Amino acid sequence: MRVSYQWLKEYIDLSGVSPEELAELMTRGGIEIDTVEQRNQGVSNVVVGHVLEKEKHPDADKLSVCKVDAGTGETLQIVCGAPNVAAGQKVPVALIGAKLPGGIAIKRAKLRGVESQGMICSAKELGINDKLLPKDMQEGILVLPADSGIGTPITEYLALDDAVLELDLTPNRSDCLSMLGVAYEAAALTGRQVKLPDTRVESGALKAADKIAVTISAPEHCFRYAARYVQGVKIGPSPQWMQNRLIAAGVRPINNIVDITNYVMLEYGQPLHAFDADKLGGRIEVRLARPGETMVTLDDQERKLDPDMLLITDGERPVALAGVMGGANTEVSDETVNVVLESAEFDAATVRRTSRRLGLRSEASLRFEKGVDPARVVPAVDRAAALMALYAGGTVLDGIVQAVVREAEPAVVSVTLAKINGHLGTSLTAVEVQEIFARLGFESAVSEGGVFTVKVPTRRGDISRDVDLIEEVARLHGYDNIPSTAIEGSTTAGRLTGPQAIRRALRAKLADAGLQETFTYSLTHPSRTRMFTLLAEGAVPIRVAMPMSEDRSELRTSLVPSLIDAAIYNRNRKNTDLKLFEIGSVFLTDEQTLTRLPQERHRIAGLLTGSRTDVQWNVKAEPVDFYDAKGVVETIFDLLGVSGRIRYEAAALDNLHPGRSAKVLLDTGSGEMLIGYVGQLHPSVQLQEELDDTYVFELALEPLYEHADTAIIQQPLPRYPSVERDLAVLVDRSVEAGSLLAAIREAGGDLLESVSVFDVYVDDRLGADKKSVAFSLVYRHPERTLTDDEAAGRHAAVLDRLASAFGAELRK
Amino acid sequence: MKERLEALRDEALRELAEAADPARLNDLRVKYLGKKGALTEILRGMGSLSAEERPVVGQIANEVRGAIEQTIEEKQRLFQEQETERRLKAETIDVTLPGRKLPTGAIHPLTRVAREIEDVFLGMGYTIAEGPEVETDFFNFEALNLPKDHPARDMQDSFYITDEILLRTQTSPVQIRAMQAMNGQTPLKIICPGKVYRRDDDDATHSFQFNQVEGLVVDKNIRMSDLKGTLLTFARAMFGPQARIRLRPSFFPFTEPSVEVDVTCVQCGGDGCRMCKHTGWLEILGAGMVHPRVLEYGGYDPNEVSGFAFGLGIERVALLKYGVDDIRSFYLNDMRFLRQFARM
Repeated sequence: MRVSYQWLKEYIDLSGVSPEELAELMTRGGIEIDTVEQRNQGVSNVVVGHVLEKEKHPDADKLSVCKVDAGTGETLQIVCGAPNVAAGQKVPVALIGAKLPGGIAIKRAKLRGVESQGMICSAKELGINDKLLPKDMQEGILVLPADSGIGTPITEYLALDDAVLELDLTPNRSDCLSMLGVAYEAAALTGRQVKLPDTRVESGALKAADKIAVTISAPEHCFRYAARYVQGVKIGPSPQWMQNRLIAAGVRPINNIVDITNYVMLEYGQPLHAFDADKLGGRIEVRLARPGETMVTLDDQERKLDPDMLLITDGERPVALAGVMGGANTEVSDETVNVVLESAEFDAATVRRTSRRLGLRSEASLRFEKGVDPARVVPAVDRAAALMALYAGGTVLDGIVQAVVREAEPAVVSVTLAKINGHLGTSLTAVEVQEIFARLGFESAVSEGGVFTVKVPTRRGDISRDVDLIEEVARLHGYDNIPSTAIEGSTTAGRLTGPQAIRRALRAKLADAGLQETFTYSLTHPSRTRMFTLLAEGAVPIRVAMPMSEDRSELRTSLVPSLIDAAIYNRNRKNTDLKLFEIGSVFLTDEQTLTRLPQERHRIAGLLTGSRTDVQWNVKAEPVDFYDAKGVVETIFDLLGVSGRIRYEAAALDNLHPGRSAKVLLDTGSGEMLIGYVGQLHPSVQLQEELDDTYVFELALEPLYEHADTAIIQQPLPRYPSVERDLAVLVDRSVEAGSLLAAIREAGGDLLESVSVFDVYVDDRLGADKKSVAFSLVYRHPERTLTDDEAAGRHAAVLDRLASAFGAELRK
Repeated sequence: MKERLEALRDEALRELAEAADPARLNDLRVKYLGKKGALTEILRGMGSLSAEERPVVGQIANEVRGAIEQTIEEKQRLFQEQETERRLKAETIDVTLPGRKLPTGAIHPLTRVAREIEDVFLGMGYTIAEGPEVETDFFNFEALNLPKDHPARDMQDSFYITDEILLRTQTSPVQIRAMQAMNGQTPLKIICPGKVYRRDDDDATHSFQFNQVEGLVVDKNIRMSDLKGTLLTFARAMFGPQARIRLRPSFFPFTEPSVEVDVTCVQCGGDGCRMCKHTGWLEILGAGMVHPRVLEYGGYDPNEVSGFAFGLGIERVALLKYGVDDIRSFYLNDMRFLRQFARM
């Protein structure tokens, strides 16, 4: 809403309050003022002039030499380049010494040898938004009406010495979509009174009811419809002051009838519509559209109507889309002589629905959508009729023709002083609160028990409960005047839940270990939701109804594709050494069309590619491999205390290298559960995405939340010495180290404290398909010193087991 | 014998003075002081001396031995010093070459800011509540006092999946879920951080996916002044002890009264600069007293309890705190950007 300061002064005395001060007051009071715009962009010494003569410039085809009376007492000679300049016109003349927007100063000049004592200006040169002028006034110089007074300063004539406050309204304050609403707000903030416009109508003898009848056939959608009949209007321009105000408000003047409906809409917030009465006929019926019905709106578009759209009809054919736009068939034209004025209260949701569905938003629909003040339906139509009598030469017929479904009653809301102070933490007195209500123009009474009974005017439809009144008190009392206090009442302990603590620990651990956390989008391309589906078996990707692009159309089912995208982005910027991880949700459902919420599952995923370490002069650069990725996974399990329950199983997995990937299984105590995977991207994927060898992992976090063993119980340190033995065996290359380790642990039994692989050696000299695996074993007895013989015996048993189970031979 | 001893001493001292390395020194020690050495040899003749002569010669012999030993010791120390000197010289390295650093990764700046905010409120006795990112229309809108047909609810502005299910546009639905889980019990003190989604075109200040943190307190006698006190404490913890806050009336369907909360500009401290458009204030939070209808949806009687709620954008704080000028930077995951957040 654009509010002209000068116009606002019609309704409230603003002496001593500058536009800037008013803006600050309103902003602090809850109506945010975006900008205060000075309408005069630096115009001075420009006056209305009369073009007496126009001749062609002797030496320039496109220039004219004009003789102009600008009321200075002498006839000025001005050279003008505009093709539309003509003798007899009234035009804005910048005199010698005039200033124009942009710091332009007008000096005596010679143009092609002819002296020019000023300049005839276009609207744009005066800093006026020419989009708001009629089309024929946008080109060339600004031609003013013939009755403009010669010598009148143009700033006065066009009311440029004004400021416009641009309101950024919250949805609840649609009352300020009107000058009167803003005046009431300013009155509350300044403690001054609102002056209402004159709505007295001098009616003719004929009765409007004899010309027009109104019925409402859709009482759920239209609550009141008031019509007035204005006879014998003469279409022409509206008065300059009205045009000035419309332009200040950002509305383009059209003609007196249309301008008056717009002017009153801006004044009252009540949208009005003018029909050509002779095209309309004698009947108005408000009804819902019929199936398949169409109409042509004012913008000459044919609109297909739905049965829940509200129409104004002449009893048969539609003549307007209620509250949205008029119809072409009853449009006011230059030939119009009789006008029917409509002022109505339509259901906000109905207007909103219609306007959205047709993609048609107007100043009227904007106001109806948010609810208009029902008490202004009649004053607004009276005001418009009175203005038409004044400025369009019409005769207003006697009476308002109305259909009323319900009367507007002011809401009565109660609130106690105790609740106000209890809610705000203030210590206001009853008198102070009542004074605030008075400033708002709310009638209030207070009982001895401190109960306020407040009659809320219908213009403030946003106030219906006690807290709404408390808010009014708070904003007018001022938030700066509310103290800062600490919460009273019982104390609470702030702490993380188990899963929250686990996620924090994981992030800290991985970041400290050199991995970089990423933050990627949950919405991704459909091709990305169908990759790495091991943990999302049978999941149907979820698509949003109106994606903004195909790249962001489906909810992810795995975090790994997001990390791959991050890797590609970085690769394109020559960041090739990456160790990334992310913790986030994936979205799983088995429904084709969601009828319930999908399962959101927490995942941790990682991606490693490029060099293992940063470039360092004393560290050999080596590319990361499978075991780097697996090491990250193992570190996670160590952190969560579940390493002893994890098994890796070689597997050929979706989009992964079949020889370099593994499923990760967790022993839950009641069976093994698949919780993740680790592996190298399939070479074809790497090729397609132009990535070097890249390793990824993804783990489901929920099973880890459940099975994490984070309770630390200290184990006593060993009191007896250990016996350490190494063991290197030759086995087939296909034998997995994991199987060997399991066999060693089993054969080593209670005396075997630990075993680890310290070397794997593959060479054809060992025999085709053979490899050597070396283990380091530690034997210990918890209660006494282990003898060499005991250790040797157990060690031999281990070797026997490897020999029998895997055909292992001891390497010497 | 005395003369022999003195001659021996002179000879030994001369030879020792000439000794050039530890090996020669050792040879000389054996030669003069060893079991078969020259001194032992001479002292063997002590038996032939008279009782008067013996102590005198013995003393001389001791003096000679002492002199030789002392010289050897000095010489040894010298050699050691020389050896140390040589080694130190040989072992000298270029200390200006870089060291072998521990690997460094970093948590993402958005995680970092969220954690910082969480920690402030954990310290104030709040717990962290979480909820689904895909929500029902009921929890995301209706229970927050945005009935169907409310102007703020537009298909254009939200990622709907079906008519009833959408990506949450705010973390507020978590408040409803958390209230309902309390079964009318108080106090409830939570913050709800998380991802939210709006159908905005991405640009330097908008992202269709972003993060919010909301806070909610419900108890008997919760006042607007408590909200002000809480947010002041938060602003000081987050932006420094000099921070001040300013409340401006605003509108949200789920709170009443509703306010927007400005914090003194992080860059100029309130004097006015480009960052704060010369106002001295930055708009950081939206807040208010929980709307009675929302309390009812949460299972509370608004006549018995009251509450306040507040919310802020994590990206907004991160942009201000780290001087980032484009919100999209947080989602591109450029390593050159992310690595800058590896500091404590």
